[in-house]
Amino acid sequence: MAVSQLIGARVQRREDPRLITGHGRFIEDHTLPGLTHMAVVRSPHPHARVLGIDASAATALPGVLAVFTAVDFHRILSGTMPVTPSFAPEKKYVPGRFPIADQEVCFQGEPVAVVVATDRYQAADAVDLVHVTYAPLPAVVDPEVALRPDSAKAHVDGPDNIGWDMTYDGGDIEAAFAKAEIRVTERILQQRLAPTAMETRGVMASYSPYDEQLTVWLSSQNPHFIRLFVSGAMGIPESRVRGVSPDVGGGFGSKISPYPEDYLVPAASKLLGRPVRWIETRTESIMTTIHGRGQVFTAEAAALRDGTLLGLRLTQVLDLGAYHGTFGAFQACACLMAGGVYRWEAIQARTIGVLTNKVPTDPYRGAGRPEGTHLCERMVDRVAQELGMDPVEIRRKNFAREFPFMNNFGLTYDSGNYDGTLDRALELSDYQGWRRRQEEARGQGRLVGIGVSTWVEICGLGPSQPTAAATGGIALVEAAQIRFLPSGSVAAYVGTHAHGQGHDTTFSQIIADTLGVPLDAVDLRHGDTAEGPSFGYGTYGSRSLAVGGMALLTASNQILDKARRLAAHLLEAAPDDLEFTAGAFSVKGNPQASKTIQEVAFAAYGAGLPEGMEQGLEAVSHFDPPNFVWPFGAHICVVEVDRETGAVEIQSYTAVDDCGNVINPMIVEGQLHGGIAQSVAQALFEEVVYDHESGQLVTATMLDYLVPTINEMPVPTLDRTVTPSPTNSLGVKGIGEAGTIAASAAVINAVCDALGPLGIHHVDMPASPDRIWQLMQEARR
Amino acid sequence: MAETLRVTVNGEGRSDQVEPRVLLVHYLREVCGLTGTHVGCDTSQCGACTVLLDGAPVKSCNMLALQAEGAEITTIEGLAPPGGLHPLQTAFWQEHGLQCGYCTPGFIMAAAALLAENHDPSDEEIGRGLEGNLCRCTGYVNIRRAVKAAARAMREGESAPVGG
Repeated sequence: MAVSQLIGARVQRREDPRLITGHGRFIEDHTLPGLTHMAVVRSPHPHARVLGIDASAATALPGVLAVFTAVDFHRILSGTMPVTPSFAPEKKYVPGRFPIADQEVCFQGEPVAVVVATDRYQAADAVDLVHVTYAPLPAVVDPEVALRPDSAKAHVDGPDNIGWDMTYDGGDIEAAFAKAEIRVTERILQQRLAPTAMETRGVMASYSPYDEQLTVWLSSQNPHFIRLFVSGAMGIPESRVRGVSPDVGGGFGSKISPYPEDYLVPAASKLLGRPVRWIETRTESIMTTIHGRGQVFTAEAAALRDGTLLGLRLTQVLDLGAYHGTFGAFQACACLMAGGVYRWEAIQARTIGVLTNKVPTDPYRGAGRPEGTHLCERMVDRVAQELGMDPVEIRRKNFAREFPFMNNFGLTYDSGNYDGTLDRALELSDYQGWRRRQEEARGQGRLVGIGVSTWVEICGLGPSQPTAAATGGIALVEAAQIRFLPSGSVAAYVGTHAHGQGHDTTFSQIIADTLGVPLDAVDLRHGDTAEGPSFGYGTYGSRSLAVGGMALLTASNQILDKARRLAAHLLEAAPDDLEFTAGAFSVKGNPQASKTIQEVAFAAYGAGLPEGMEQGLEAVSHFDPPNFVWPFGAHICVVEVDRETGAVEIQSYTAVDDCGNVINPMIVEGQLHGGIAQSVAQALFEEVVYDHESGQLVTATMLDYLVPTINEMPVPTLDRTVTPSPTNSLGVKGIGEAGTIAASAAVINAVCDALGPLGIHHVDMPASPDRIWQLMQEARR
Repeated sequence: MAETLRVTVNGEGRSDQVEPRVLLVHYLREVCGLTGTHVGCDTSQCGACTVLLDGAPVKSCNMLALQAEGAEITTIEGLAPPGGLHPLQTAFWQEHGLQCGYCTPGFIMAAAALLAENHDPSDEEIGRGLEGNLCRCTGYVNIRRAVKAAARAMREGESAPVGG
């Protein structure tokens, strides 16, 4: 690599000028001549038979162009929506999902018809005039109820509600428990969450029958995958479908999997012969965009009296919703990461995926790792509490310290220094001082608690062997292309997708340093399948830098290799005799004999190249990482719980994280701020609520679903240590999900620590005033 | 039946035929072509659609366009002269006060209204001024910093000698 100037620097974001002036280009900002507007008729029932659809009143409305139902879409679309093996390859029951319901609706919000009109208001009017006759069926809402043999079935033709039921064995669990001097058990809920990207989903499609070309603009984290699925369903060659995801207003995992509308909008465009756009309303979003979490854990931990952890046995009941999410089984990685940063003799984890009559769950920021971390950190605290140990002491006693560290399920943590982040967090948070203040507060009858979360995650998806198996064929490597143009500017294309992460800036920093060109000479492009490498793998699982950034680096190095050979030819020297510094090749010992990389690039498009060298200066590279990457850290939260109201106030939040080498510290801090906020939101505020009797969604607007405002969020104190990853030559890990993985456990451990004197040992999320007040009332009895 | 709407949008006087039920945000986006004002929630919680109506912040997704008759409307596109940046825009950029950027125009407009009234807002006052806006990316940390930085820059700008 060239002398580093930009890597590691706090470079201002290049994407911001358009976004701060109102010139971003989100889906709804795109239009086309003759554009029509689609609205969706959705089931009001969680489970029902569709007896008939009468669209006559709707079609008679001025401006309404068509009402389409499953019958129409079956002419255009074939197959069912994809379900990947992920971490539960042996599935018991996978109900087929066509993008629009035919005879049976299985969750509230499932599409039954679409209306297309010349204007959005008319389309919305017409939705109310489509008369659908339903015969309600028994619905199952609670996943634990759905497990019972006498439960209602989420699909009438299903054998039962069991999507999968498998057990991961990590060591001899019986032997570990046989040595136990103490055991603790806990039941831990992970409530359903609505990802709530500020831009809802949206799709615009234009199909041209004359040359069989389809263009789909959609708010997606991975347009290449959507193109693959939609082209297959529509029977159009992948090469004739273009997927474009321009500015995307947040994703958080909710814009990974394909959705019904991703198929219905292009199909409607083909049926109608006009461009069609659909923009999700917020209520549609909370009702039909995937939910995260939705799990119930039962766990038992075994330990020695000195705090040595022995064994962990757990069951994850995962509420799948009415259909398997495309990557829904990824969430079972909570099981594989349940051991956290500790040495355990054995872990046994059973995961059961259960169908219910609710919207499907799928990866949401962290996707299994927040759940695994929360479970592990709660259980370790419970053990410490039983033993009367300080939570810091039990963690120190059991940290993994030798790297690479193989966990109980054979996953290899690449590098770590768990004492380092914990030490710094203790110092920065004034842990000892807070323990003293806690004692004083308790003396005054106040409920102050301190919570620790020491976390590790698996990210940077990922190595080709396991990820190809997880998706059912396509390895989640990454592709990049770099084109060094004759006049000296550089066009770089990458298959990841940024929707807030700032890749345009950070990736350009890497390229500019490597090629020795100014940052302004680099144009970073992504999100359009018509450009760049043949496939892109998208952004999720904190993968973009460790995999996509590496693909750009390797492509840059290929450019540099060719440029070096050409420069040597031009300078009549051997390639090995050249130095490359500050964007110029010069002959060692003769700095006057020099060519800038821009001069070399121009020459690459001319005549007189070395024997066997082709014109041009461009490269495509695929990066297949040898391992995942394993960021880690220590978060410490201090709360005070109001004795009268049960309200939790965060007094202090400290996070010391380690994501290896840092390209742009400003971006890393921003990712942590947002990640922590989302996890604090889970800990204290957010929950998707369905009425258990009727199956109706209760939290269907932002009035009822509590996304925190500026007034609820702590200002965390951040620091970091740097333990480079040996997995890639940048030495980087991932940071997009770190805060979300770490924070809920720190907050809830603090809440439980505060309530410990009352005899309350566990609080589920959200730890709302209502829930805590109830627990305090029960404890006082 | 469409009615005539006369408004001034970002300094430009307009007269348009508008259906009575059209929301102000759709008028701005689709008739005026100003797509910087976004819709995030439809129910007035998120504030992505915030614009200034005669200087006061309003949620344009919860107002009919015709209710703006005679008003002066400022959207994010009109906050600064073309090619320039308002101190809030500069501060959001410098302080990394945005990630995906979808909520950002609404935040900047709400903050502009706050700073017009209060040149040195405290944390609490910033909280009150921005409680009607939601951001999912930033945890609000750098938004808070940006508003403070902008307030500082605007105060310094006011006291700076003209032409100096």
